[in-house]
Amino acid sequence: MTAVELPAPRRSSLDAVLRARELGIVIALALLVAVTATSNSRFLSGQSIRDILLNTAILAVLAVGQAVVVITRNIDLSVGSVLGLSAFTVGTLLQGNNLPVVLALLVGAGVGVVCGGLNGVLVRYGNVPALVVTLGTLYVVRGVTYFWAGGSQINADELPSGFLDFGNATAIGIPYLVLLAVLVLVVTGVVLRNYRMGRELYAMGSSPHAARLAGIPAGRRTVGAFVVSGGLAGLAGVLFAARFGTIDAAAGTGYELNVVAAVVVGGVAVFGGSGTVWGAALGALLLTTIGSALAVLEINQFWQQAIVGALILLAIGADRLVAARVAASLKKRSSHVR
Amino acid sequence: MTNRKNLAVLAVLALALSACGGTTKSSTEGQNTAAPTNTSAKADPNAPLKEGLKIAYLPKQLNNPYTDVEVGGGKVAVGELKGEYKLVGPNDASASSQVSYINTLIQQQQNVIVVAANDPNAVCPSLNQARKAGIKVVTFDSDAAKTCRDAFINQATTQGIGESLVKMASELAGGSGEIAILSATPNATNQNSWIEVMKTELAKPENAKLKLVKIAYGNDDDQKSFTEAQGLLQSYPNLKVIVSPTTVGIAAASRYVSASNYKGKVAITGLGLPNQMRKFVKDGTVKKFALWNPADIGYLAAYAGASLSSGQITGAQGEKFKAGKLGEYTVGADGEIVLGPPTEFTAANIDKFNF
Amino acid sequence: MSAELTATRMARFANWNVAIIAITVVVLIVAAVTVDNFGTSQNFGFLVLDVLPIAIIALPMTLVIVTGEIDLSVASTLGLSSAVMGYLWNANQPIETIIPLCLLLGAVLGAVNGFFVTVLGLPSLAVTIGTLALYRGLAFVVLGDSAVADFPPAYTDWVTGTIGSTPFPNVLIIIVVLAVVFGVVLHATPVGRAVFAVGASEQAARFAGVRPGRLKFWLYVAGGLVSGLAGVLWTLRYSSARADNGAGLELAVVAAVLLGGVSIFGGKGALAGVVAGVVLLGSLQNALRLSDVSNEALNVVTGVLLIASVLGPNLANRLRRN
Repeated sequence: MTAVELPAPRRSSLDAVLRARELGIVIALALLVAVTATSNSRFLSGQSIRDILLNTAILAVLAVGQAVVVITRNIDLSVGSVLGLSAFTVGTLLQGNNLPVVLALLVGAGVGVVCGGLNGVLVRYGNVPALVVTLGTLYVVRGVTYFWAGGSQINADELPSGFLDFGNATAIGIPYLVLLAVLVLVVTGVVLRNYRMGRELYAMGSSPHAARLAGIPAGRRTVGAFVVSGGLAGLAGVLFAARFGTIDAAAGTGYELNVVAAVVVGGVAVFGGSGTVWGAALGALLLTTIGSALAVLEINQFWQQAIVGALILLAIGADRLVAARVAASLKKRSSHVR
Repeated sequence: MTNRKNLAVLAVLALALSACGGTTKSSTEGQNTAAPTNTSAKADPNAPLKEGLKIAYLPKQLNNPYTDVEVGGGKVAVGELKGEYKLVGPNDASASSQVSYINTLIQQQQNVIVVAANDPNAVCPSLNQARKAGIKVVTFDSDAAKTCRDAFINQATTQGIGESLVKMASELAGGSGEIAILSATPNATNQNSWIEVMKTELAKPENAKLKLVKIAYGNDDDQKSFTEAQGLLQSYPNLKVIVSPTTVGIAAASRYVSASNYKGKVAITGLGLPNQMRKFVKDGTVKKFALWNPADIGYLAAYAGASLSSGQITGAQGEKFKAGKLGEYTVGADGEIVLGPPTEFTAANIDKFNF
Repeated sequence: MSAELTATRMARFANWNVAIIAITVVVLIVAAVTVDNFGTSQNFGFLVLDVLPIAIIALPMTLVIVTGEIDLSVASTLGLSSAVMGYLWNANQPIETIIPLCLLLGAVLGAVNGFFVTVLGLPSLAVTIGTLALYRGLAFVVLGDSAVADFPPAYTDWVTGTIGSTPFPNVLIIIVVLAVVFGVVLHATPVGRAVFAVGASEQAARFAGVRPGRLKFWLYVAGGLVSGLAGVLWTLRYSSARADNGAGLELAVVAAVLLGGVSIFGGKGALAGVVAGVVLLGSLQNALRLSDVSNEALNVVTGVLLIASVLGPNLANRLRRN
């Protein structure tokens, strides 16, 4: 609500602030890694880093999708359920069938696109608030998955080895899942930053009314944002299936709050109009690293959730402070001009 | 600011109350044991097993492959007994949702409830309500407090399981080295009692060279167990064996190790399901693990419930009853009925089992 | 906003309020006739106990949502209250001290939310997602994964018992008293009018002499206090204090409130609708379970009802206009 869309010449100052915001997460991350590595050097071993990146990949893909929706001043709480439905669909499809990984990815993303489209249409054309719609589809999609799965579970030994390899194998030392997550991040990041379509999302989040007056096709953009979030949640479902190999109807339960937490920690304002997918992905990386670091530091794992909570409060508090500073400095500058 | 004042008054009141005595844990010790005991009922060993009994299974949660096998055995037995089989349960392993299901089963006037308790105490009041309504309560898998069930089907003696876990770990470690345990939840009744036995076993001179470095908890959640296994290997580079006395934990740990650099360096053992573990036994990650046949637990529970409901037994020590293909069983102390010793699975015999 | 628009909105809102109450009554009648054992007095008792936490937390939540804010930390407050109750009981403190302390704790946790939202001016959705994690995390820090049992029978029996020989559970008194208190406050006092005013337009309310920050702060305190009470009742009902008690309940509470016709944007809502929403969800769940329909079906029904509760009136309105 405080974020302002700045005219072109001032873009650099806004960029500087955002960069500072992301710098904060990077510094926190570096500190955390340094402290943990000093206490146990194996924290920086190849295997350990690989594990953290793999765990981050799924959360980061979800966070990127969520960030797109949150930037438009909406929210998507159904992502955990969509992930579960997609993972189970793909698992069922691959059970005993040796289908190519690309097909699995497309099917998973397709499931997500359908769910996201439904969310978007209800929000936009049904005129129902996003929180209500996606809370509703959180229940509905999960219920459908439970119905379908019954008590069954898909085990790793039923899945084709090619698919499981995709979950663990690497190219030039980097796991495929991580490469895929980075690809998603870069594409979304560039579109949001450099393309008209992306900037329109920010405009809608900053001031829906002004955006409409400026002729932005808000309806199509809103549905589009939900389709992206749903599609990425579906994609994350495929990654989940490949990574963990064991899939039941409960896959991804409760993920929605982790994802929103990652996005908020990453500096995306819940009232839309500001923040970047880079920040959201960094937020996901930070949350995942905290989890791993606590296990290595042998700090009681019960602290993890409390720390995450405190971090969220800290992050939004800091954002508030930065926003106030920026607003003050802008005011000062414009008064100088006059 | 009246509200703030109210809060202050409340706090002062609380402190004042604490000064003069009140109901504390020690002052109420022993008050909770009140339970309906059917002392009037006497066992009649020759009573025929009733037909048409409504026998309901309430596992810890649905969607768990191990549970599916257990209740599958129960379904077979209920069929043999010509009863009505029913399976209900929550999707999350929480005690509160189990209570709602018990209440529903009371309303539906079942004859027997076969339940695996998520919390031994939380389900107690409603189980006793069921017993007051004439329903027989048999626990399996995870016992409820002794005062609120008629019989407990124990898969194997605690001692037997603990000993066999240590034996397998010692063989795999070659008699010496660091071992770790990956358990279910920190308050899981079964796992904790086995771990206690393991600790006693490890203290014995013949196991002096085995060192238990850490007990980690995967909460019987696949992903959490996976991450915990990861954490164990990072924290303890010299680890030789991970013992996981839970089917979720052993499968997750095996999956992690089989795809990591640790494969071949760290052995995994514990309690697992042959179908879930087959892949890891075949690829060499797991040399051996153990389990009883879970289908037999559900099967035995149905017969115990039917015998209770028909008046053949009351759950008192020494009573005997026949459990179909499993033969004759004797009720032990505290209404415990022990299924038998666990089976060890290796690459040589695993293909003979399908559960 | 023109007077005419306000009038149609009011009418629309009243329609939904009547509709939800009517649907609830129909569901109760159909269930009583068609579902075996639904109408028994014992089942009534079970039903009340099952909806107890959602029912009481939904009351302050309604007020919070009417002001245009939200509180997602309620279930974690319940959990932390339960965990602290177990911890103190294990430490051999008298229950008569523990219960007020847990209520106080709830109020303090609510005040923390209120502080972040009103004093620092942070968005409540983000704040309470943060405290959702924080409070639940602290509950685990306090009690770990262990469960504390053996609470005094005098107390646990009261919670699960009925009033004399009537079929009415004792806890119904708590629900009714709290519902009346919150209902009167919302619909018949200046505080209630201020709540609606702040929800409709915070700025206008401020010009009318309302202090929105202060109002919201105390609503959060009330929410925390009631959630703390829910934690105590939960613990006594199951005679088991655990850190994970009530996990995930926040979404069920929000669903019940929205189903009751309260607008997520604030400014609109009635407590009667919310009570009907709670009863509807609870009795549907109970009846479906008695008919051996799985829990999954309830998930779908809850979700569809939730969306329909907003979508239905919207579509009806659009049709009427065409």
